[in-house]
Amino acid sequence: MATPVLDKVEAESAASPYITVTFRIRRFNPEVSAEATWEDFQLEIDPKERVLDGLHKIKWELDGTLTFRRSCAHGICGSDAMRINGKNRLACKTLIKDINPEKPITVEPIKGLTVLKDLVVDMEPFFQAYRDVMPFLITKDTNEPTRERLQSAEDRERFDDTTKCILCAACTSSCPVFWNDGQYFGPAAIVNAHRFIFDSRDEAGEQRLEILNDKDGVWRCRTTFNCTDACPRGIEVTKAIAEVKKALITRRF
Amino acid sequence: MKIHKYDTVIVGAGGAGMRAAIESTKRSRTAVLTKLYPTRSHTGAAQGGMAAALANVEEDNWEWHTFDTVKGGDYLVDQDAAEILAKEAIDSVLDLEKMGLPFNRTPDGTIDQRRFGGHSRNHGEAPVRRSCYAADRTGHMILQTLYQNCVKEGVEFFNEFYVLDQLITEEDGVKKSAGVVAYELATGEIHVFQAKAVIYASGGCGKFFKVTSNAHTLTGDGQAAVYRRGLPLEDMEFFQFHPTGIWRMGILLTEGARGEGGILRNKDGERFMEKYAPVMKDLASRDVVSRSIYTEIREGRGCGPEGDHVYLDLTHLPPEQLDAKLPDITEFARTYLGIEPYTDPIPIQPTAHYAMGGIPTNVEGEVLADNTTVVPGLYAAGEVACVSVHGANRLGTNSLLDINVFGRRAGIAAAEYSQKADYVDLPENPAQFVIDQVERLRTSTGTERVATLRKELQETMDANVMVFRTEQTIKTAVEKIAELRERYKNVSIQDKGKRFNTDLLEAIELGNLLDLAEVMAVSALARKESRGGHYREDYPNRDDVNFMRHTMAYREVGDDGTESVRLDYKPVVQTRYQPMERKY
Repeated sequence: MATPVLDKVEAESAASPYITVTFRIRRFNPEVSAEATWEDFQLEIDPKERVLDGLHKIKWELDGTLTFRRSCAHGICGSDAMRINGKNRLACKTLIKDINPEKPITVEPIKGLTVLKDLVVDMEPFFQAYRDVMPFLITKDTNEPTRERLQSAEDRERFDDTTKCILCAACTSSCPVFWNDGQYFGPAAIVNAHRFIFDSRDEAGEQRLEILNDKDGVWRCRTTFNCTDACPRGIEVTKAIAEVKKALITRRF
Repeated sequence: MKIHKYDTVIVGAGGAGMRAAIESTKRSRTAVLTKLYPTRSHTGAAQGGMAAALANVEEDNWEWHTFDTVKGGDYLVDQDAAEILAKEAIDSVLDLEKMGLPFNRTPDGTIDQRRFGGHSRNHGEAPVRRSCYAADRTGHMILQTLYQNCVKEGVEFFNEFYVLDQLITEEDGVKKSAGVVAYELATGEIHVFQAKAVIYASGGCGKFFKVTSNAHTLTGDGQAAVYRRGLPLEDMEFFQFHPTGIWRMGILLTEGARGEGGILRNKDGERFMEKYAPVMKDLASRDVVSRSIYTEIREGRGCGPEGDHVYLDLTHLPPEQLDAKLPDITEFARTYLGIEPYTDPIPIQPTAHYAMGGIPTNVEGEVLADNTTVVPGLYAAGEVACVSVHGANRLGTNSLLDINVFGRRAGIAAAEYSQKADYVDLPENPAQFVIDQVERLRTSTGTERVATLRKELQETMDANVMVFRTEQTIKTAVEKIAELRERYKNVSIQDKGKRFNTDLLEAIELGNLLDLAEVMAVSALARKESRGGHYREDYPNRDDVNFMRHTMAYREVGDDGTESVRLDYKPVVQTRYQPMERKY
């Protein structure tokens, strides 16, 4: 192993780590005003901390009315997708030092879904699109084995990438087609359809493909790659959509 | 105020809640009330796997699994429950596979299995491959698979409904569950859910510690709601500290990392676990490994300028193995520490992880009002409950198992009960407690702040009731918690609105944490022995004569309104195994 001497992280932590940062946050509370406004907050923060830590400092020390969703704080639960410096990210997976803290850090709700308060949006249309693609394994029950169904490691690998989705909506709410037309299923729903279409155990691929062949389905994708850039789990979203398109043409999957 | 009527109400939508909902929805009209969207639950953060003696890769059987669970829990486990856990594990894993869970596979196409702490071949001979897994995101896959199947079954969710009170009505001298009261986060509206059966599956309470793997939302809401209504909490002094949390942040790095061959090292590069657990080494049970880490740190062999952590070394493992088996935790190291695990060891420290104690239940998930009496219509499963299959220390991979086995059992039992039972009358003004609680906080002009009190609570818990405890440290915690509970009466919030008032939510959560912290500290003070996750430096040995028994804590309210914790005890169920000295 590498000799455990003072490493980079520890050396950095020895000096005073704090810097002054401005958070510029899009505020909206219909109980107070119908208009959304920008509000600036200045705070002292260690640049190795997360944007979520900054939001917590504001809420806990400066303004308790600031409202956002969060839970696990390390990129697994998918609660805190927001638009940070114009890009969709998870606040808990974005470190201050990685987004140029010299300038004000802008934080807005994700786009394309109705804002309810500050950074909280209505997620129902997003989850409805997810439910519409039948996101569950469908098999012919007569074949049910007593033990597990067998699946080769290669067949398991075929859909591994799309099993990583945490339904945070960062992809869907980065998609210009979704912004312009709320009827479009959006990338996340297609990713979750892909997860089953390419699972060798599933027997309803044709049905899901027909759903996605709809006018609001997969053909609306304009391949802008915003979704792939936005995905905090590193899923190749655009590639998954392309694979679904190809399966629709060849009917092979 | 709105009143709803359902056969069965489930509180919480993590693994246990959704596993229960799948069964309950098939049998009864069911509503699931959840503080978070279901897929946000902390089951999704579990990594390493789910134990089951499938014997897919080497010889194994449920009896060995039962023994390991009992021994891992330092013999405080109820052995009848542990046997059910180990036996039903096999079907639980197969059920999940049939629901679509994408497990990693062996070359033969069966579910692959790997080693995990405390799981052994033939009663401790050597580590065994018992953990069924999907890379290091097994909890994520379980949560997603269960949610997918809830969608398939048409489970009715009330998302962002926060349950604040348990309704109990006395009928013919018997306390029965009548329903729950919930606060709708989006609107501030209060809802009464009358139900024949209520299942609590609302998770743990780790947020009373500072360094923890737990989500911000794990604030013991279910435990606090039933405790406040006079029902007991069992074995709350037993809390698990997972050995490998990211240094200072507490983010979990799975035990699967050591299952794959990862090694713990001190500042001299020494593999120190060889000293403490000659057979199982880095795969000894979590309480043993966490104490060993702190012993190294206290004796001056910790790493870094402050000597306050040790290393998890994965550098000898092939990068392909890390990519295939541990992709998420290696990414955490890169994201949060800027460290490349291929070439550099990861600084870690024990992190508050799991409550072994909780709402006492029998093996059907029925909640107990005392050592033996069932509360008709009330159920609990998962981390909120104490069956007790984990005793004084839970084995890794037994919690994902617990939520599936006992979530399913509670779902079936509750739904069957609600099919034959009648509604119990609601108490008069059923929502009054919640209305008062919400209005008091919203209109308070007090000077104390939620964040300050919570920080002080977390600091005293970390300093005084963590891995090492003494009478003095626990007393310090008890006094501090009493002070904080007093100051909490003077807490106020800035957000006075009704819409998405998370300021109010956090204030209520803090009240729950304070109640449970008190129960934990008082229970720990009275247990003058060391067992599993509860280690008393002033009583370093296990004392089976005086303490082979479960703690039962009750809330007492005096005539003058003063609150206190009353302790009672419950015998441990022993069937096959006599207590032995615990060595790894």
